[in-house]
Amino acid sequence: MNARLASEFRSIVGDAGLVSGPEQLRTYECDGLTLFRVVPELVLLPATAQEVQAIVKVCHRERIPMVARGSGTGLSGGALPVKGGVVIGVSRMNRILEVDVPNARVVVEPGVTNSAITAAVSPHGYFYAPDPSSQVVCTVAGNVAENSGGAHCFKYGVTTTYILGLEVVLSDGSLLRLGGASLDQPGYDLVGAFVGSEGTFGIITKITLRVIKKPETTQTLMAAFNSSSEAGAAVSAIIASGMFPAALEIMDRLALEAAEAAVHPNYPNCQALLLVELDGSTREVELLMEKVGPICQSCGAWELRLAKTEAERMAVWKGRKAAFAAVGRISPNYLVQDGVIPRTALPRVLGEIDRLSAEKSLRVANVFHAGDGNLHPLVLYDRRIAGQEERAMDLAEDILRLCVEAGGSITGEHGIGEEKKQFMSVMFSEADLDAMQRLRSAFDPYDLCNPTKMFPGTDAKLQRPVAYEPHPIEIAGLAQRY
Amino acid sequence: MSQAQVQNRVENNEAWIELSAIVGPEHLRPATPEDAVEAVQPAGVIAPGTAQEVAQVLRYCNSAGLTIIPRGGGTQLGLGNRPRQADFVLSLERLNRVIEHAWGDMTVTVEAGCTIDRLQGVLREQGQQLGADPMQPQRATVGGVLATAESGTLRIRYGAIRDLVLGLEIALPDGSVIHVGGKVVKNVAGYDLTKLAIGSLGTLGVITRAVFRLHPIPVATATYTATLPTMSDATKLVLAILDSHLVYTGLQIHARRADQIFVHVRFEGIPESLQDQYAKLGRIAGAHEFVECAGDVWTERQKLFVNPGSSVICKCCVLPSQIGSLGDALFRQTDLAEVAATLVAQGTGLAEVRLDAAGQQPLMTVLHALRAEVDRLEGTTTVSQCPGTMKDELDVWGTVKDALPLMRRIKQKFDPGQILNPGRFVGGI
Repeated sequence: MNARLASEFRSIVGDAGLVSGPEQLRTYECDGLTLFRVVPELVLLPATAQEVQAIVKVCHRERIPMVARGSGTGLSGGALPVKGGVVIGVSRMNRILEVDVPNARVVVEPGVTNSAITAAVSPHGYFYAPDPSSQVVCTVAGNVAENSGGAHCFKYGVTTTYILGLEVVLSDGSLLRLGGASLDQPGYDLVGAFVGSEGTFGIITKITLRVIKKPETTQTLMAAFNSSSEAGAAVSAIIASGMFPAALEIMDRLALEAAEAAVHPNYPNCQALLLVELDGSTREVELLMEKVGPICQSCGAWELRLAKTEAERMAVWKGRKAAFAAVGRISPNYLVQDGVIPRTALPRVLGEIDRLSAEKSLRVANVFHAGDGNLHPLVLYDRRIAGQEERAMDLAEDILRLCVEAGGSITGEHGIGEEKKQFMSVMFSEADLDAMQRLRSAFDPYDLCNPTKMFPGTDAKLQRPVAYEPHPIEIAGLAQRY
Repeated sequence: MSQAQVQNRVENNEAWIELSAIVGPEHLRPATPEDAVEAVQPAGVIAPGTAQEVAQVLRYCNSAGLTIIPRGGGTQLGLGNRPRQADFVLSLERLNRVIEHAWGDMTVTVEAGCTIDRLQGVLREQGQQLGADPMQPQRATVGGVLATAESGTLRIRYGAIRDLVLGLEIALPDGSVIHVGGKVVKNVAGYDLTKLAIGSLGTLGVITRAVFRLHPIPVATATYTATLPTMSDATKLVLAILDSHLVYTGLQIHARRADQIFVHVRFEGIPESLQDQYAKLGRIAGAHEFVECAGDVWTERQKLFVNPGSSVICKCCVLPSQIGSLGDALFRQTDLAEVAATLVAQGTGLAEVRLDAAGQQPLMTVLHALRAEVDRLEGTTTVSQCPGTMKDELDVWGTVKDALPLMRRIKQKFDPGQILNPGRFVGGI
């Protein structure tokens, strides 16, 4: 970047808001998907929406690509810098501007962390429902960009359900207020369209969101099974009985071994573990939980353990949340997947994954949100053995195709980003993708916001699934993936 | 032009012949005065049988510069501005099948012309429901509810209709049929075009099919009502319930006068839990006694729209804590202007108001005053129903702040020929 532009940017954000040293710039070369790396020209850390506007106006004038970044915990390369472009980090805009408890509304700047919202309303008995595993460090703006999920989406929904208003800066530098604190503002639902647009529509400078009352009671049951299909059958039976659990999670033998090795949650020693979490009014939760046990037993559960206290529940969830990273203890390398299938396809797809796993002579650990059909198969391999990595990537690709064929999706919560953009054409027709491009061009006609992401490029060759490598914050124990 | 002249003109013209060829002559008929939209008379009513046919009709009309008014059950045709032009009504009546109720997955795939009642009937066979109770379910269709983003009293528990949609099939003016979203609860692949289509009043494309997530039908339901002396008391009670651990599926304020206000609460669940909830409700309500009542209070919203005549019905969107101020402002104005008013407000802060008076002027006066109050509260007021003559004098949608240019660009990208519902939406989109 030439000196004139650098000094123009410096005049906007000051020394504190400009990162230009080669070593510091490298900190921003990737996000949670560490395989792709691009060193940005400059990193700008504005402190106000006006500074964001001023930066964007310069970028627009000079046609410089911009990539917005929160904490960089995304798992699909959404915050990967673009060659020749700048990164606009929102981490300095981290104030909670307003907490309106009676109306359960919170107004925040984009760099506020997910957990900070819950912390702000927790004394009043409220919480912010979407709970991605990186919630301690990830920003709300990042959550909005990726439409983040978590373990409790089956009952509570994902980020988009909770975002009511956005203030955004479009690529021409204009500042727009979309939606607001009250519901159903007239006109197109541009807030709904913006959520999940992975930074390609503009830069978020303010967010109005909804928090909800903590349930009176929450209980978590662990049920041990001899197979994942039995556990899957129990999930179906629980739902068929008319219950609506807050979470339904299954971990298979390999995932359990890994979790046990990492955090010793003291799970039953079984082939498949089902976690059933019920929440709501105390009386209802207690009565319904009495029915869950027998339903599990009728499907083959041979041990039931109920976590009633907050501490017991936390221990159960710790093991579950650690499972991803913990797989590193039982395999030198592995690939992480995020496909979704209709829940009833679970036994068939699991069977198919087993078959593919045997065919390729590779182990696959399964951890999944069984309630909403979000699979996280982890393909284990050893890079040092010739041919294994290639086979693992083939297998991961086959699994994604399997999800699409079953009527599902290639990503439930991690996003498309750089990683899966070539898979978009497996899931969507040309007309579907064209409609998405029309929307993108209405927001960003010059393709300056996070260009090259999300959509298949001219090179029709599929991007291979990429190897999992722990991000620095994971190694530091600040986040786990699940 | 008389009806006979219109008919004569259209039956001999090229458009009629082309459109007949797409859907079959038996599915294209001359429009009658009953098909008029806000006194704008269309030439014909066309009823395609498949999404592909819908798309072909749109493509043809787009190339020929003919305008289309998509229509489901026709319950919301009064919504929005008067259309600039209406050549054909596109009826979704033949796209009325429930394609697949995947009850194990708690999802349903249904065509846009299926009525809400019929859909709920099919779902009920497996003990499931679409967690929404839009008005006039016997006539309102899936497509119409989505296009208008209609939501009812269940929203406070199950969310807006947008939160229940997993995927849509949409026919676009360029003749393509696109699929957005999917069939699974969690899916972040690509832009969420479902949100763009929902509530767009058919101005971007025609929704032909939807996939919804479902909920179990509760074992038992009970509704309770309390009578309160002031709007302020009623609002305080609603806020106390919102701040409680009660698990309600309906929370509503209903008022016809400033000094007699009803608060309705609905619980759903297992019978033991309902008793428990009722006991807790009593403790929260204190001196205000809740008594069990019939569930038909949840149709009070819908009753506002019965025999609208020359009344004005508007939707005021405020925050829950502002319902009291809204009600006070409303009744202060209506008392002054000799206008009769009914307010039905949900605990979400969405309030419907009906105004009746002898002449148009008092209605206009109250409406302007009400809008000014809602603007002060930073909410929005949309007129859902009013005499056609009033539409010339007021913007039924209210102000759309600074996003209107962007909305126009989006319209331009999807419907450059402006053939879909021209002029009806915000800012004359």
